[in-house]
Amino acid sequence: MIALLLRDLRLAVRAGGGFGLGLAFFLIVIILVPFGVGPQVDLLTRIAPGILWVASLLAALLSLDRIFALDFEDGSLGLLATSPLPLEGAALMKALAHWITTGLPLTIVAPALGFLLSLASEAYSYLLLSLLLGTPALSMIGTFGAALTVGLRRGGLLLSLLVLPLYVPTLIFGAEAVRRGADGLDATGALILLGMITAGCFALLPFATAATLRMNLR
Amino acid sequence: MSFWEYANPKKFMGWTAPVLPYVFGAAALCLTVGLIWGFFFTPDDFRQGSTVKIIYLHVPAATMATGTWFMMLAASLVWIVRRHHVSALAARAAAPIGLTMTLIGLLTGAIWGQPMWGTYWAWDPRLTSFLILFLFYLGYIAMWEAIEDPDTAADLTSVLCMVGSIFAILSRYAVNFWNQGLHQGASLSLDAEEHVSDVFWQPLVICIVGFVLLFVGLVLMRTRTEIRARRIRALEARARRA
Repeated sequence: MIALLLRDLRLAVRAGGGFGLGLAFFLIVIILVPFGVGPQVDLLTRIAPGILWVASLLAALLSLDRIFALDFEDGSLGLLATSPLPLEGAALMKALAHWITTGLPLTIVAPALGFLLSLASEAYSYLLLSLLLGTPALSMIGTFGAALTVGLRRGGLLLSLLVLPLYVPTLIFGAEAVRRGADGLDATGALILLGMITAGCFALLPFATAATLRMNLR
Repeated sequence: MSFWEYANPKKFMGWTAPVLPYVFGAAALCLTVGLIWGFFFTPDDFRQGSTVKIIYLHVPAATMATGTWFMMLAASLVWIVRRHHVSALAARAAAPIGLTMTLIGLLTGAIWGQPMWGTYWAWDPRLTSFLILFLFYLGYIAMWEAIEDPDTAADLTSVLCMVGSIFAILSRYAVNFWNQGLHQGASLSLDAEEHVSDVFWQPLVICIVGFVLLFVGLVLMRTRTEIRARRIRALEARARRA
């Protein structure tokens, strides 16, 4: 399992594109928002939590189709399925690798971009915490979506149509936690629910992902 | 003789053909009685005036929108467990009906909301969760259309339906997190304190029965169409090989 994780990480970093692309996309979306809504600081402060969460969600979406597509094309996914490692474990590792290459960097740079949107100073810790709790769920749900569409030639658009509705609860709780933090309210409830979603996704979705992969490989 | 024998495509075609006219007839009767009773023989609400009568379309459509998803979930489970093709085809046949019901619920709600709440749309928990349900239907239908191999398509959409159900319920409770919103509570609860007044309730129940019958009829009809389409494809494949 560790070997698979390291292999995926190495591929993501060395094979170019994938790794930095999500981050660059995140940066550009955040920079575009003030151009769209105007430079009023109070307005930006108010919408910053939601914008940061929506942008990180879209950035995570960007690299999803890469999770299984290349392995499916060159046949290594079939090898993975026949290896002694259960396919559920492989799905889990794929999601983890995706999180380390997109979710984690997004979480780390998000406070800097919050600064650009003049996010309220109390909200930074909540932003960091909610992204840390929430982005693993985005990766796991996305891995499931990628497994669903892996056999399709042009699955990219279908993938976003399938995955974005599944992202709704995570987005609501994540953005709500940051908003409450910014308003100085108690955000514990939202953070706990966010953590529950992530834990539930990691407990159940590897099985669904492995099942869909088997269906696609048959 | 077991219950599952009716899932044999040939048997299914056999027993649905005579049943269909009765189902549609009963649906037409219920809808005619319910809608005419509702529109012309119930009093206007003292606050809402005559706009209250849109309830006879809005509530049944909304009920069927969620009901259809549960029917698809059940059919998907049957397909995964017992691999009856009719079951998978019924789930496929039901999806566009559910989509239409969701759309009717949203549109009649918007038309009703304009005079009552002063807005066509509000980010109210119930409205939002219906919009999300609409997206789930779209994704499900798109998934069926995108995959060529029918068995793989049935498998994958079944898994999508199951995972989607969990997330649809999650979303339903997630949006509650904001606030209760503008929408009223349960209009159909059996608790007399909570549900709408009796004069509106009786025709409403008839309308819902009519919508359920209409749904059953449409699903049976569309499933028959799907079975025929698959037979045609099988015949064509055989003709190509010959």
